Amino acid sequence: MRKGKIKPMKTLTYIEAISEGLRDEMRRDPTVFLLGEDIGAYGGAFKVTKGFIEEFGADRVIDTVLAEGAIIGAATGAALAGLRPVAEMQFSDFVANGFNQIVNVAAKYHYRNFIPVPMVVRLPSGGGIRGGPFHSASTEAWFFHVPGLKLVAPSTPYDAKGLMKAAIRDPNPVLYFESKFLYRHVKAEIPDDDYIVPLGVADIKREGSDITVVAYGTAVHWALEAAGKLAADGVSVEVLDLRSLIPLDREAILASVKKTGKLLIVHEATITGGIGAEIAALVSSAAFEYLDAPIRRVASPDTPVPYAPTLEDYVLPNAEKVAAELRSLAAY
Amino acid sequence: MAKIEVVMPQLGESLTEGTIIKWHKKPGDKVRKDETLLEISTDKVDSEIPSPASGVVTRLLYAEQTTVAVREVIAEIDTDSSAKASTDAPASKAPAPAQSLPASSTVPAASAQATPMPTTALVQAPAAMAVPGRFYSPLVLNIAREEAIPMQELETVPGTGEGGRVSKKDLLAYVATRKSGTPGRVPGPAFGGAPAPLPSHAPAPAAPRIESMLKPVDGGELAKKYPPPGHEIRQMSNILIKMSEHMVRSVHTSPHVYAIHECDMTNVDKVRRRNADSFLQREGFKLTYTPFICDAIVRAIKEYPLVNSVLEGDKIVLKKFVNLGMAVASENGLIVPVIKNAEERNFIGLARAINDLATRARTKRLTPADIEGGTFTVTNYGVFGTMVGIPIINQPQVAILGTGSIEKRPVVINDAIAIRSTAYFTLAFDHRILDGALGGSFLESVVRHLEGYDDATII
Repeated sequence: MRKGKIKPMKTLTYIEAISEGLRDEMRRDPTVFLLGEDIGAYGGAFKVTKGFIEEFGADRVIDTVLAEGAIIGAATGAALAGLRPVAEMQFSDFVANGFNQIVNVAAKYHYRNFIPVPMVVRLPSGGGIRGGPFHSASTEAWFFHVPGLKLVAPSTPYDAKGLMKAAIRDPNPVLYFESKFLYRHVKAEIPDDDYIVPLGVADIKREGSDITVVAYGTAVHWALEAAGKLAADGVSVEVLDLRSLIPLDREAILASVKKTGKLLIVHEATITGGIGAEIAALVSSAAFEYLDAPIRRVASPDTPVPYAPTLEDYVLPNAEKVAAELRSLAAY
Repeated sequence: MAKIEVVMPQLGESLTEGTIIKWHKKPGDKVRKDETLLEISTDKVDSEIPSPASGVVTRLLYAEQTTVAVREVIAEIDTDSSAKASTDAPASKAPAPAQSLPASSTVPAASAQATPMPTTALVQAPAAMAVPGRFYSPLVLNIAREEAIPMQELETVPGTGEGGRVSKKDLLAYVATRKSGTPGRVPGPAFGGAPAPLPSHAPAPAAPRIESMLKPVDGGELAKKYPPPGHEIRQMSNILIKMSEHMVRSVHTSPHVYAIHECDMTNVDKVRRRNADSFLQREGFKLTYTPFICDAIVRAIKEYPLVNSVLEGDKIVLKKFVNLGMAVASENGLIVPVIKNAEERNFIGLARAINDLATRARTKRLTPADIEGGTFTVTNYGVFGTMVGIPIINQPQVAILGTGSIEKRPVVINDAIAIRSTAYFTLAFDHRILDGALGGSFLESVVRHLEGYDDATII
């Protein structure tokens, strides 16, 4: 009897939601398995897979050598053979070592040989954790340019779980950019059931009428905080969370800009050649007549993420910087 | 500082406005005298407009695709910055247009006098309200278009944005109060209606302006009503829009009446055939029916000059010259080049003028002068196989002759049935001036001249 039954909910942090998505899928589908550095006995550098080796065994939670090319290459081969691997990069910076396996093998295999590559690569991304220049990169733009891949970047526990489940079930290689900063900073009550967040669908995290902010990942939270500040000044800000970068939800972006007439794009990754540039080009080309102000961006300057805390704080965007740009756009 | 105000030129006597198609210069650019400053599109012709002076373009007052009344100031050129700044001539000319056309000054005369530099003050704005030449975002221009707010009026909308910019909110607030009728709206008097009182800061329209009766509609919205692939939505061209407006205006202005006569073209046909080869050899183009018809019209107008007149209030203005317009279907749409002083031309002169205009109409080499000043129009829809048509008068003229297809038809001559080449001619005329007796007589005269050709006619 489902009638009158209250949907079970539980409160999870962002990182717990990622773990839950992985665990759900491994329980549901025996072809799903994990591989990565120290993910087994140690439970992963950030403990995403803590307890997994106990539940699923060393055959499905595989500790690998410290070689990202080997990890992604092995995952690609397993996917071609019909399994559904989830490969962990300990830090997204390290994916550079596996770059060729992603862009030349995984991304092109179906195009060339008509064999699907159902794999997920997890990329713990971004700074704000005092990680320094080799442990803080946001690398999504490197792959945004590559046909054959899908890219997701959740900002909430709900989306983290739903996107993980959708990514694992997708027949294409999906890069899953998870925010290290958000791991334990955000917490929410999310459904305990088997839901997915479809790839390629953006989500309005806050409705507004004066300015649109397009963001993803950590930047969504800066945008939401800034929108709260602007509301005090009587400016109504809409925050559109992309959730997926490829496929990009162009309709949602254009619909929101057509409603508000002003657009600010916010991301943590460096500004030049970033996701924001593509969105700006899209909007100026498809919604030029609806613009009441220049398209602006808030992103990191073109520099590595510094180790010194004061310098890191100076380089990375934050809610204050977003609010300042929003005020400037509101006054324009 | 010497400033030249560039005004929207009047490229034809009946033209009241022009659309800026493209600016060739932007503020800060140097421009030489007679160098192309902009391109404009009027009712019929697109033209490049040369700069009236050398100098530096200091201001462009209207965006591209804006329609502006003739004699409105559209740009400013600072001649001091020019290499030729030593010549005083352009500078001293600057105030002239404003003086001769006080209504087109963009500030009230009082404030212009109060300003120490009257030549430049002519386009200076009263503070706090409009900032002429200020930037308008695509969205604001879009809203203005949808709300049918002309540029002149948009210039008066208070802006709270950066540098006095009108933001979306400013304009929507203005539209809301405008709809409730609070602020004075700069009128675009459509059909000679008395202009409403102007707000003191508002620029007065330079000339009564024909506002487009075709409301711009959003193509995206329309696509919901007429979805593809079953429908295709196209933007009307400038020429098409002007044709629509002129036709509606003409039908509203003149009570049209029609007379239809049958014309026996057999004799014309004989003359034409007999001379076809020698004419082509001599003139380099084919001998058509058109010069015969034009010649007959000119002769008939000499007999009935009232057909070649215009109505002004309670006065009739008779024109002592015949500028004969002939409708030509061109790639861009209907266009009506004009044979100037057709009454002075003999048959060959008419034939050459017709050939010249028709050729240039097809190759898009007509100048604005070629399409202005018509006093009577002839339209030949017979080339499309139309037997009988009822044309619409080309305002402000009072009559138009339409010629149907020339076919061999059975005709009764001396109680016998003969095969003759005939055509049906329709005269549409303005019953405010011309009555049926005059219209019928004129048409009868045209027919008489055409049927009067014989073997003795020498071309």
